[in-house]
Amino acid sequence: MNEFSDRLLTEVPRKARKFKFRPATIFLVPLAAILFQVYLPRFFQYLSYLELPLLVTVYFALMRRQPIAGVFFGAGIGLAQDSLSPNQPLGMFGIVKTLVGYFAASVSMRFDVDNPLIQFVLAFFFFFFHQFFYWVLSRALLGLQLDFDPRQTFVLGLLNAAVAVPLFMLLDKMKE
Amino acid sequence: MEFLLNRYRNLTVLLVVIAAQLLLLAYQVKSGQDVRLVRVWAVTAVTPLARILEVVRRNTIGLAEDYFDLIHVRDENNRVKKEADRLKMENQFLKTELSTADRAQALTAFQSRTPSRTIAARIIGNGTGMNSKDVLIDRGSGSGVMRGMAVVTPDGIVGRVLASYPTASQVLLITDPTFAAGVISEKNRVHGTLKGIGQSKCIIDYVQNEEKVDVGEVFYTSGDDRVFPKGLPVGITTVVRPGKTFKEIYVVPSGTQNGLEEVLVVVEGIHQEIPDAQAVPSTDVYIMPAPPGDKSSNAPTTDQPGSTLTTDADRLREKYKKIGAAQGHKFGEGLPGAKPANFNLDPDTVKPPAPPKAPGTDAAGRPAAPSAPVSKPPVLTNTAPPGATRPPPAGNAAAAAAPKPDAAKTAGASVAAPGLVPGGVSPQTASPVSGSTLNVAPKTVVPKIVKPAAATTQISPNL
Repeated sequence: MNEFSDRLLTEVPRKARKFKFRPATIFLVPLAAILFQVYLPRFFQYLSYLELPLLVTVYFALMRRQPIAGVFFGAGIGLAQDSLSPNQPLGMFGIVKTLVGYFAASVSMRFDVDNPLIQFVLAFFFFFFHQFFYWVLSRALLGLQLDFDPRQTFVLGLLNAAVAVPLFMLLDKMKE
Repeated sequence: MEFLLNRYRNLTVLLVVIAAQLLLLAYQVKSGQDVRLVRVWAVTAVTPLARILEVVRRNTIGLAEDYFDLIHVRDENNRVKKEADRLKMENQFLKTELSTADRAQALTAFQSRTPSRTIAARIIGNGTGMNSKDVLIDRGSGSGVMRGMAVVTPDGIVGRVLASYPTASQVLLITDPTFAAGVISEKNRVHGTLKGIGQSKCIIDYVQNEEKVDVGEVFYTSGDDRVFPKGLPVGITTVVRPGKTFKEIYVVPSGTQNGLEEVLVVVEGIHQEIPDAQAVPSTDVYIMPAPPGDKSSNAPTTDQPGSTLTTDADRLREKYKKIGAAQGHKFGEGLPGAKPANFNLDPDTVKPPAPPKAPGTDAAGRPAAPSAPVSKPPVLTNTAPPGATRPPPAGNAAAAAAPKPDAAKTAGASVAAPGLVPGGVSPQTASPVSGSTLNVAPKTVVPKIVKPAAATTQISPNL
């Protein structure tokens, strides 16, 4: 085990290092992310490739380090995103982001999620997971014949992961 | 339990939240046949169990019933041998009857007989609603059943598919209050709408009170509803009475009376002809011969060759024309307020008006100097049957033969009545000026009402 791996797999129990946020922060940041997702792509279409609600979900789940909290973060943000999406049945994003929140919180208990590299990798992984699972649910539950392009998803995952690192740094400043 | 919940609290919460959202999703999303996913899931989960229960019930209770029947027969056999023999024979007879009247055979026979393509299905459950009349059948979208398809038996229609699930379908029976179908009667082809009333009977609505529907008449599907193919039996009329706006017609559905176990789903309907009502040969009822021909004005002209007067309206019009002709009245002319014809008089007894003495005629009625524009009196194109015309009496012959304006007018008004010779103007009387055909009254004739009291010309008795 070298120093790098020691930093990744920390010996300190992660429960002791969980962070807290103000209620207003927990409420306003996801709301801003959803509004960003809903309105800004109308004017800047390329911004639609950013999944800010997902990144916010991953961030809060990683920082809280509580799977139950991650579940509710994910469900709340996902349902809010569903409710603001036209022709979208409530629950599709909710289910996917619930799983993302749960797994992100579970992962945070084993990795040093303050490391930017870990954040980059996790953001990429959860973006890919999010897109893939959403595609699976759409086919299985709604019967929609959506296309899933792994290459494009891979590229977009890298893009979102690249955005996630500075975003997480910005959100770190809101910790109590 | 508590230990498990505490140990796997995170996973439990995750599963609960996921399940809640799945339910939420299922409640909103509808399948391809416009059915909510939650219903699809519920029916898919329940119907296999219902089918298993039905199979178990058939194989246990049915066998048990047979077993107890056998014990009963054995006891009877021990006590009364003769009685047992008789029961055995009767049992054998009933089994034979049952085998011949097997429902499956009936369905197969019906399937081969009807031009529509059908698939057989078994009823495996009833609807859960208190007032709803619906059943579940064991054929669903996997078997090609779609919402809106007709469900029938060889005896008649049963209902239509309300919702189709992968392994089962929900059928709305025709006795359900929300059911409706287009029907047509067998005899008079009266169209109506069959509606369920939540009881064993159904009503047929929107049939005018003037329409004729008899008790015992069979109704068939009309095909108007685009659900049931035309020509399938619906039911037998039991009650017919006039209502406020429409008739109140109650029918007993023929398809649901003998219990429902197996049905046919019409997956591809083909309209059929409605069988004609067959007159029941009555050998026990004495029917009198038809009455002799009525010589009154009610049926006056149907016996005449070439006559087309077949309805009451035709006969009434004919009667009024005769009355008008007999009184010298011409319909459609005359000023408002003019005296109308007396319609209460019998046209066969009223004498036609005596033509007024025209100026310029002598005492015998002969024209002294016929200078009127009516140069040629009419010759009727339609003559009465032989014997219908007779020469007028000698005293009136001259007046009848005179080419007077009123006579011409009367004749002209009568031309429109085929087969009639108006009062006193027969071909014989008009013969002195024959040679021209008059279809309308001459315009130079001045409208003049001639009172019947002044009539001197005899009406032909055959009119």
